[in-house]
Amino acid sequence: MALGYTDEQALEEASRCIDCKKAGCKDGCPVNIDIPEFIKAIRAGDMPEAARILKSKNSLPGICGRVCPQETQCEMTCNLAKKGGPIAIGRLERYVADWERDHPEIAEQQKERIRFNGKKVAVVGSGPAGLTCAADLAKLGYEVIIFEALHVAGGVLMYGIPEFRLPKVIVQSEVDYVKSLGVEIKLNHVIGKIATVDELLENGFDAVFLSPGAGAPVFLNIPGENLSGIYSANEFLTRTNLMKAYLFPEYDTPIQVGKRVAVFGAGNVAMDASRCALRLGAEEVYIIYRRSKVEMPARLEERENAEEEGVIFKLLTNPSRFLGDGRGRVRAVELHEMELGEPDESGRPRPIRKPGSEFIMEIDTAIPALGTRPNPIIPSTTKGLELTKWGTILTDEASGRTSKERVWCGGDMATGAATVISAMGAARRAATDIDKYLRGSTEWS
Amino acid sequence: MCKIVKKEILVPNTIYLKVEAAEIARKAKPGQFVILRVDEVGERFPLSLAGWDEDRGTLEILFLIMGKSTMKLSALDEGDCIRDIVGPLGRPTEIESYGNILSVCSTFGIGPMVPMIKALKEKGNKVVTVMEARDKASLFWEDRLKSVSDETYVVLGDGSLGKHRRVREFITEYLESGNKVDRVFAFGRIFMMMDCCRATKPFDIKTIVGLTPIMVDGTGMCGCCRVSVGGETKFTCVDGPEFDGHLVDWELLIKRKRAYLREEAQAFNLWQPDNLRRIAELSELPERISVM
Repeated sequence: MALGYTDEQALEEASRCIDCKKAGCKDGCPVNIDIPEFIKAIRAGDMPEAARILKSKNSLPGICGRVCPQETQCEMTCNLAKKGGPIAIGRLERYVADWERDHPEIAEQQKERIRFNGKKVAVVGSGPAGLTCAADLAKLGYEVIIFEALHVAGGVLMYGIPEFRLPKVIVQSEVDYVKSLGVEIKLNHVIGKIATVDELLENGFDAVFLSPGAGAPVFLNIPGENLSGIYSANEFLTRTNLMKAYLFPEYDTPIQVGKRVAVFGAGNVAMDASRCALRLGAEEVYIIYRRSKVEMPARLEERENAEEEGVIFKLLTNPSRFLGDGRGRVRAVELHEMELGEPDESGRPRPIRKPGSEFIMEIDTAIPALGTRPNPIIPSTTKGLELTKWGTILTDEASGRTSKERVWCGGDMATGAATVISAMGAARRAATDIDKYLRGSTEWS
Repeated sequence: MCKIVKKEILVPNTIYLKVEAAEIARKAKPGQFVILRVDEVGERFPLSLAGWDEDRGTLEILFLIMGKSTMKLSALDEGDCIRDIVGPLGRPTEIESYGNILSVCSTFGIGPMVPMIKALKEKGNKVVTVMEARDKASLFWEDRLKSVSDETYVVLGDGSLGKHRRVREFITEYLESGNKVDRVFAFGRIFMMMDCCRATKPFDIKTIVGLTPIMVDGTGMCGCCRVSVGGETKFTCVDGPEFDGHLVDWELLIKRKRAYLREEAQAFNLWQPDNLRRIAELSELPERISVM
């Protein structure tokens, strides 16, 4: 598990930065943080300045420093990447954000006086995209109200990403920062139910930014899947992280883990679910994936952490059915081996079932972590919102605009499941476009 | 935070609450539910809406005390607040002109039946209501159902009222004696609804049931409330809560509902000391009685 830098380590790492004229790192960042500048400030020992530079482009640095896939972004385009290894930009970002959280008086001093411009924007969802868009617009003088469906703000940062990877106090402090900009967060508000997008537009909101998040879990679609003890990764993580089932019975929400757990899929969510299962007391946790190691979609770091902690990878293996114990609980899963064939439409080799390779594995809990489909609540209650063939909301990538006037979209609802930072990048572009549109400097079409 | 403005103990294990939730009251429709969290450590659980008042901004809910969460909710008093209420969730009942309706309800299903009958009546339907209760002492809101239905019948499980002990017997006889029914709605205990479907199946009368599986988020995100309807997996929170009862896999529903029995008992038993203290506070009992 990654630990934070000490002052000495941070200074040492910052000193490696050669302050390139053409900073590749900056282009690799979805929200264009002035990376060489904030590193220079660390080197000069001017932490308030480092924090100011970071916050001016990224309202959630404590989160990004922990969960961004830097190896495919800023650190990949760092000019030192080819010469001995890139600067650990993510670690330095986390170091500055943590320093700032320990010095609230600095943030208070740096806060710019905001003058309301009299325009109102509704943001749907308080995950990474919603918080970013709200913060950007609030800094520009807009009155922003976020509508959150759950009973706490933070979206996937609260219900999805586990405590050990992203402590909830950090999410809370970044949510508090967004609130300190004047953003109001209305919890327990499911847009599409308590009010529709059209009603928001009719009742005083000049624009709506949709960032409702990942949506409905995908299941394996094999016999026995509705037995008890089979959780979608969303349910397993929500019970654990949001509802704090790891503190049952002090907290009321229970979770059943047992001794042997099988997680299906090999993305970041599968890694989170498997590591949670270990912490909840499972003795053996398996990741079951139908392709091989090189095709696994999870970040290398997540995979390594899971492996280090003892998660067992069963690759080129696929389930065909679940078996019950006669009382409605899962008892075992039937698996078969796979081999890789020609590439399919995703470009990855197609897994083919090896005939006669079936075997039974006894399990107590199964967790399909196969991604999500878009949640239908907003599309089905909003007039004139065009969808893609995958059911996501049709969105212009550069501006975040949807097919409906005065409605923008960003995050997983626009792109399908992606990363925290890509959702934040989309939210920033949308906020810029909302501002342009509401100031009258661009037309809708 | 939602303030409780009225509390009534309908029968010893069934509580009625009226709570302030103006925005939900404005949008609520028959058949919908809310998800509650009683306090900071509470679980999220669904309750059907038994009524709402747009002008006063209040919701009515009615529940059976079954475990820790409902017990905690029942320990709140007028003036106390419920931590979180979110809604209205689920799809509203499809209210159309069907003709003759048989509405069947028991315990916590009696609540949501009231606004639904009203809406069905407004569409010109004739509504005959059958209520099931264990005995006379567990019967409530008979007058309320009578005031909204065209005819109302009561079936008591102890046989103390007429010859029928279960709704199934009543429905079978009612249909066999030639009464025309175009659609049946059943809300209440799972066994009652299942029984009701068994009775209407031979007559091929569409029977709509309101399901109450375990839920977590209630917005389609987790899949905990999945049920099998006509061989297809559905999420009760977004695809329901009402389904064609003749297509529901009842056995699966019952098993999934019982998945956490052990944990529920554990949570409830460990909580009892707190619970007794709270009840003692409410009724101003002397200290020595309040401690176990």
